[in-house]
Amino acid sequence: MDTLLQQLINGLTLGAVYALVALGYTMVYGIIGLINFAHGEVVMIGTMVAFTIIVSLAGSGMPPLLILSVGLLIAVVACMVLGWGLERVAYRPLRHAPRLTPLITAIGMSIVLQNVAMIIWGRNYITFPPMIEKQIYEVAGASFTNVQVAIVVLAALVMIGLTYLVQRTRMGMAMRATAQNQHVAQLMGVDIDRVIAMAFIIGSALGALAGCMVGSYYEIAHYQMGFMLGLKAFTAAVLGGIGNMAGAMAGGLLLGIIEALGAGYIGDLTGNFLGSHYQDIFAFMVLIVVLMFRPSGLFGERTGDRA
Amino acid sequence: MAEQQTLLAAHEVAKHFGGVKALHDVSLTIHRGEIYGLIGPNGAGKTTFFNCLTGLYRNEGGHFVFDGVKLEADAPHKAAEVGIARTFQNIRLFGNMTAIENVMVGRHLRTRAGVFGAISRNSATRAEEAAIARRADELLHYVGIQERSHDYARYLSYGDQRRLEIARALATEPKLLALDEPAAGMNGTETEALRVLVEGIRRDGVTVLLIEHDVKLVMGLCDRVAVLDYGEKICEDVPAIVQKDARVIEAYLGG
Amino acid sequence: MSGRFGRSPRGMQHWLGFLLLLAVLLAIPFVAALGGQAWVRIANFAILYVFLALGLNIVVGYAGLLDLGYVAFYAVGAYCYALLASPHFGIHLPFWVILPFGAAVACLFGVLLGAPTLKLRGDYLAIVTLGFGEIIRIFMNNLNAPINVTNGAQGITLIDPIRIGDFSFAKTSTIFGVTLSGPQKYYFLLVALAALVIVVNIRLQNSRIGRAWQAIREDEVAAKACGINTRNIKLLAFAMGASFGGIAGGVFAAMQGFVSPESFSLMESITILAMVVLGGMGHIPGVILGAILLTGLPEALRYGIEPLQKAVFGRMIIDPESLRMLVFGLALVLVMRFRPAGLWPSSLRRRELSEATD
Repeated sequence: MDTLLQQLINGLTLGAVYALVALGYTMVYGIIGLINFAHGEVVMIGTMVAFTIIVSLAGSGMPPLLILSVGLLIAVVACMVLGWGLERVAYRPLRHAPRLTPLITAIGMSIVLQNVAMIIWGRNYITFPPMIEKQIYEVAGASFTNVQVAIVVLAALVMIGLTYLVQRTRMGMAMRATAQNQHVAQLMGVDIDRVIAMAFIIGSALGALAGCMVGSYYEIAHYQMGFMLGLKAFTAAVLGGIGNMAGAMAGGLLLGIIEALGAGYIGDLTGNFLGSHYQDIFAFMVLIVVLMFRPSGLFGERTGDRA
Repeated sequence: MAEQQTLLAAHEVAKHFGGVKALHDVSLTIHRGEIYGLIGPNGAGKTTFFNCLTGLYRNEGGHFVFDGVKLEADAPHKAAEVGIARTFQNIRLFGNMTAIENVMVGRHLRTRAGVFGAISRNSATRAEEAAIARRADELLHYVGIQERSHDYARYLSYGDQRRLEIARALATEPKLLALDEPAAGMNGTETEALRVLVEGIRRDGVTVLLIEHDVKLVMGLCDRVAVLDYGEKICEDVPAIVQKDARVIEAYLGG
Repeated sequence: MSGRFGRSPRGMQHWLGFLLLLAVLLAIPFVAALGGQAWVRIANFAILYVFLALGLNIVVGYAGLLDLGYVAFYAVGAYCYALLASPHFGIHLPFWVILPFGAAVACLFGVLLGAPTLKLRGDYLAIVTLGFGEIIRIFMNNLNAPINVTNGAQGITLIDPIRIGDFSFAKTSTIFGVTLSGPQKYYFLLVALAALVIVVNIRLQNSRIGRAWQAIREDEVAAKACGINTRNIKLLAFAMGASFGGIAGGVFAAMQGFVSPESFSLMESITILAMVVLGGMGHIPGVILGAILLTGLPEALRYGIEPLQKAVFGRMIIDPESLRMLVFGLALVLVMRFRPAGLWPSSLRRRELSEATD
């Protein structure tokens, strides 16, 4: 059946987005062991900023691709600042506090960001202006758009770049060292504050990019969009082994595909008892199953044991 | 000798971290009623052995037989249940609980009251609660810190914290008390008091496994001693012989 | 026992304080009714939240587990009641059957969810409970076809009130010459339930189980070495919290006569958590304060900020609902930063949080 191929394509697109967002969770978790609940909201703010820029430039006569790029760039920068600010203002003062404290702060920040976004951009769904002329390609009975191609290609490029950054550069090495053992890294002269800030900044930049992708793909945005997206991306990170960057990428893709296939076939599987509006439960099912049977994720956890 | 039956037998216990072999097929036997010393240079694997024995780590190879029963790996509370109590090298007390409360937590294992008992405060629960407090008080007397009973554990002096940890461990009614460097950081007087305490514990029927750096203390106190070096047992015998063993001397001096 | 309420001056003070509290609690529904039954309902919700928050306090405050899906158990209890005492299925079981049943079902869900996750690091539980809350909501919203179980987003209406023989909590009636309205009757029921949960909280705190929870919070490794089966003891707290959530849900369904998925959003979970955290985790008076403050907050915003905004700006800048959430969010962040033990902490928690260890 051609549904299979179609769902695989859709899953790949969604998975690329999850992977980018999951990287933000995994980097922060790998280094300071915090689930940054507000990360989903950073993604949402990225989408909203890009939206505002694009809409305000839409009548300026600039070429659409340029407008899109400017929107994306500003969104990325805005989120980097936001991510940095979050760490600096909310989390850094709590670095030595008991575990529950920064976690609750993260939830608080998530609520604050969501409601600030609601005040700025309103309660309603926002139509994301389609800047690229949508083209539809057909292969073997399945169709996909140039937007999907752009999402997958761009995500792949960014992930390759990130892998290079982490494996080859001094900053990347400092990050890996800090993830391994913060104390030893510090003794070796690594500036921990800078490394942690970088994890937030890079994660937020990836989040903004992912947000713009979601916006262009679904062509809508909403102040609550970050919540579900964040939750799923976190699941992807756990699936791949939280703290493990390659795992986050693989986990994201895998989750996207599981979800797309699940949504495509859930009706058949349950004799139409459950329909496709149950799509959202797959991520949680995956999360619970992974935690039950393989809590260190498919590719192993990279955070050292803190016993 | 009939009395000298084996209490604990470790069979080829192995544990590694990444590529590093922390324990290399370590086998040893501890007899009922003895004080058994485990010594070795820093990083020799003594604490790793402890952690495997008490279920904090999962050993990759080998197993422990305690009191005739094979121990389940990776289950610290079960180790305590069968009768292995321990202290920690870097003292792990419940700092914001009082000394007596710390010992009362140690009674958890040997008492029963559940949620319904707690809520209804029936006579059985009240009696049990009183017994817990009484036993905890006795143990504080036993280790000699009864006057600190209602002080928070974190405000106790270093030596008293060590004693409190021993009292808490004894509260679980162990057959084997495993002490991880109990004399670390103690002065001569405190060490001497500790020696008296450990001998008393043995006299009261509890077998003692002792990891220690203070070689003098170990040699004077222990009935038998095993020496670990780079995760391997290089010697196991009475102190007088261990002291003369060439490999032991090399391990301590050559390191 | 006699020591606490003896004839010493201190004992007398206790008694006087207790009598005063009783008098205030007795007076509230009648004083509130002067402003209309709506005020009695607000008081009822405040007490329902006290109940919920103290249930969650066992999980978060005592066992130190972060439960972000508490409302899911509340929802389970509410829907159990709604389905078994309404025309929806034509089943009308008495409340004393359904309330325990709802608590048991919620407890079962708690155990199913907690058993695999509680052996892992604490933060996983936060995410799993969050996800569970969403799953429950998705099912509530969509389980109306092909078989109509939950009636979807419309919810279930005409739920039976709590009734003992001919005595219905929904109607006004006169007892011993005192006329009580429906909400006033529920008020007294809720006060009784809240008293129950307070007793449970107090007694658990100073018990073998309570000490085990505290030990786990302080040092989980040492607690294990003391022979505490930490997974089971945590599961106990989690399941107890879930059961209380289930009971509260049942009472909520009976009191409202109507349930829909809208009442069980994530924000509801966060609100209850905020009550516990802001008031003072593990400290019963603190949690009660938190619950009352945060129940009162939306009313204060409605009657205070709304006219204020209109007066100053001439129109509404921020609607009260998002302002409420904004205040919640900011309060969580600020309290964690500057008063991590809550507004009214126990001396114990202040100690725990004053030391900055790992």
